[in-house]
Amino acid sequence: MMNATDKENELLIKAKNGDKNAYGEIVKNYMRRAYFAALSIVGSSEDAVDLSQEAFIKAYRALKKFDQEKKFYTWYYSILRNLCLNFLRNKKRHATNFSEIYDLLESSKDENQDTENMIERNETRKIVWEAIWKLSPEDREIITAKDIVNASYEEIAELLQIPTGTVMSRLYYARKRLKKIIEQSI
Amino acid sequence: MNENLERFQYLLNKALDEALTNSERIEFEQLISTSKEFQDEWNSLKKIKEISSTMKFKNPPEELWDKYWLGIYARLERGVAWILISIGTSILLIYGGFKLIESIIEDPTLTWFLKIAILAIIIGFVLLVVSVIRERFFLRKSDKYKDIKR
Repeated sequence: MMNATDKENELLIKAKNGDKNAYGEIVKNYMRRAYFAALSIVGSSEDAVDLSQEAFIKAYRALKKFDQEKKFYTWYYSILRNLCLNFLRNKKRHATNFSEIYDLLESSKDENQDTENMIERNETRKIVWEAIWKLSPEDREIITAKDIVNASYEEIAELLQIPTGTVMSRLYYARKRLKKIIEQSI
Repeated sequence: MNENLERFQYLLNKALDEALTNSERIEFEQLISTSKEFQDEWNSLKKIKEISSTMKFKNPPEELWDKYWLGIYARLERGVAWILISIGTSILLIYGGFKLIESIIEDPTLTWFLKIAILAIIIGFVLLVVSVIRERFFLRKSDKYKDIKR
């Protein structure tokens, strides 16, 4: 029986030969992951859709250069990441739209808590969430990957193409900077 | 870097992410009991982690996923359309330019110095365009910093 990697390799070979429907299957497998990855860097749902689609287009056009010994998503992610960081660099004069970023967050539902505790908890969540969006995109990327997406150190290392030790160290400093921003805003 | 601090950073991350092994947990507890600075940092980062780990991105509406691939497909097709339009436009421009030069040379009402002036402008313009295109093309091919984010 064909496993997921074999199936993906087969689809990639077809896509390299110009089969757009085969590429469509690959896109459908990764579109959610790609969208949330872009969202955690750019902070806008509309831009995340646009940039993740743009990255899939760029990947399709460069597919012939893709080494199939490597993982498709890791290669795709490097394209997506560059697109997102360049996008933010080009619009850096525009301040973050905080009303939009609050809308990205799933509301907290804890039925065991009373109203007062809920309000306090939501207020704290708001402070932490806002602080996350005040971090640099690189710090935000690693913190959301670990704390929100729940990726393992190894998965983050593979995506960012850095050693696990570097992931640990970058995560530590990103968390320290997050703490500093929270302390300043309280 | 101080070896103790480096080890603390490593263990602190793993403690926050609930990834410590039993021996690492004992080591971490010993480490934070020896330093108030380590203890404070652990307490404050633990509080932040408790909150951030409850956060989750909202799922977008399902229709987005239904249209997602169609959006990419349409953009890929548009790329092919632009290439075809560019090829057609280039052929028409080259043919038009050729015909223009031909009509200037064959026009008996124009004096020879006017013909030379008009042809010099046209040839100069073409050389300028070719030079700019060539420069861009070769620069792109040989620019080893082209992937560096500026």
